[in-house]
Amino acid sequence: MMSTKVLTRSRERSSVYYLGRTIGNMVVYAVLIIGAIAMIMPFAWMVSTSFKEAGGIFTYPPRWIPSRFVLDNYLDAWRAAPFGRYFLNSIFVASAVTLGQLITCSLAAYAFARLDFPGKSLLFLLVLSTIMIPLQLTIIPSFLVLRELKWLDTYYALIVPFTVSAFGTFLLRQTFMTIPQELEDAAKLDGCSRLGFLWRIVLPLSKPPLASLALFTFMGTWNDYLWPLIMTNSREMRTLQIGLRFLVSQEGGSRWGIFMAATVMVSLPIIIFYLLVQKQFVKGIALTGLRG
Amino acid sequence: MGTLARLRVNARSLRKRYRWDEVLSAYLFLSPSIALFFLFKHFPIFYTLYLSLHRWRLGIVDRTFVGLHNYRLLITSDEFWQAVRNSLYYALGSIPLNMAISLTIALLLNRQIRGRAVFRTAYFLPTITSTAAMAVVWMWIYHPDFGLGNWILSTLGLPRIRWLYDPQWAMPALIIMGIWKGMGYNIIMYLAGLQNIPQHLYDAARIDGAASRACLRHITWPLLTPTSFLILIIAVINSLKAFAQMHVMTDGGPLGSTTVIAYYLYQHGFEFFNLGYASAVACVLFVVLLGLTLIQFKFLGPRVHYQ
Repeated sequence: MMSTKVLTRSRERSSVYYLGRTIGNMVVYAVLIIGAIAMIMPFAWMVSTSFKEAGGIFTYPPRWIPSRFVLDNYLDAWRAAPFGRYFLNSIFVASAVTLGQLITCSLAAYAFARLDFPGKSLLFLLVLSTIMIPLQLTIIPSFLVLRELKWLDTYYALIVPFTVSAFGTFLLRQTFMTIPQELEDAAKLDGCSRLGFLWRIVLPLSKPPLASLALFTFMGTWNDYLWPLIMTNSREMRTLQIGLRFLVSQEGGSRWGIFMAATVMVSLPIIIFYLLVQKQFVKGIALTGLRG
Repeated sequence: MGTLARLRVNARSLRKRYRWDEVLSAYLFLSPSIALFFLFKHFPIFYTLYLSLHRWRLGIVDRTFVGLHNYRLLITSDEFWQAVRNSLYYALGSIPLNMAISLTIALLLNRQIRGRAVFRTAYFLPTITSTAAMAVVWMWIYHPDFGLGNWILSTLGLPRIRWLYDPQWAMPALIIMGIWKGMGYNIIMYLAGLQNIPQHLYDAARIDGAASRACLRHITWPLLTPTSFLILIIAVINSLKAFAQMHVMTDGGPLGSTTVIAYYLYQHGFEFFNLGYASAVACVLFVVLLGLTLIQFKFLGPRVHYQ
């Protein structure tokens, strides 16, 4: 470490080096800022359009600041489609799927991590193998199964098939395995059942992976498109994403103020949610590397 | 598969005798997962295979066994090969560019810079929002008369384009949006990869008088190869599954120029209800995805294991 410092100090003394570093830094910031503007621009355009009055939308060149701020688009969008219902559907489905996954994954992970039973490795392999089975392969049979069950166009179709997760089971199993056996033995001596141990000790000790799993599951379900598109039929059962798509395709391609207001409503909750849990989210991706 | 074998050797499982109450609890705990996995994952594989050997149009033509007929139709269908070409176009157009830009941004963000958190939020925002919602925003950007896209083009002195209405430009338009949408994820992955490179390697190189460019070439680049490979495989899989943006923005058009393989499957399965034929498409797609996922597992396995 000492020699590094001496070396860099001797280089830092030359003014050419200083100049080079300053220019280098300026280039770095310039690239990053231009990139960030490009990333944010569509969002800014969306928000700006959503507040414009009908006459102010079709202008060329585009105006970034509306000449008059109006909320009409939001009210019209709310009236044009049952967005309240879509919101309830999305919130209900995403919450139920998340809760279901937390329960089934915890139970399965506990069995795989801390219990002995015949067929354990085979069952674990069966669970893990489902990661490799893409939705595209299973969607036609799933559709037929749900049709037989008369579950099409109901909440069951949107929730039940997704209340399990191989990824979640694996993630939680890794954590559950690290909890010392002595803890379990002590709990047992105190008359604690397996479920009691899982609930009172294992789960409270596994908050970070549980939070990551909940986060990814909730966002993934909220943003999901193909499944609710195929499995729902009536307007009342649509989620936000599907409702937005049908609003755009039915209203024809001209009411951009309303469309952008609707898009803001659809994406704002998830953006706020992300800003609140950002750190956890980034850590989760780096930790698991699996979902995106 | 090496990892799975290793996982199986669990110190506690060496015991020979099982306790009945433990076995019972284990099966009880596993039953919801196993039942649902069987119903919606394992059973459908075989059922899709089975269906792909049948002609069946739901509610129109009853199910009849036709052997490999659907696969023969598939191979000789121009539309199928156009869908394959479109998927390849989408993958080749978006992935290399996406990875190059993401790596550059990650390298810049990995320095000691101010406002790092703000930059990271900006770059990651498109990734967390839904594809369907962002597709609507980009439809407006690609509006031929009043969209931002043509405004930027004419500001740069370039001719205007009809974007989504032009068979030649619809796919590039989707590719641009795809890069914008997918970059955040790759940047986070690259940042994680960069932070895993031990600092002492750079210190040692610096003592030997290596310039920062040499460090980049001989330390950063080779040690990032596994990350790059992982990102590549995930990106290929995701691009083969791309569907929502096509369904919202182009409906596979104009002139089928954006009908990618996942969209083709949807069309035949759930618009024409040609379930036998769509199952054959699904099987072909599955073989490709399975191959890619297995490669990904080989690389992801050790990563998970070390945690």
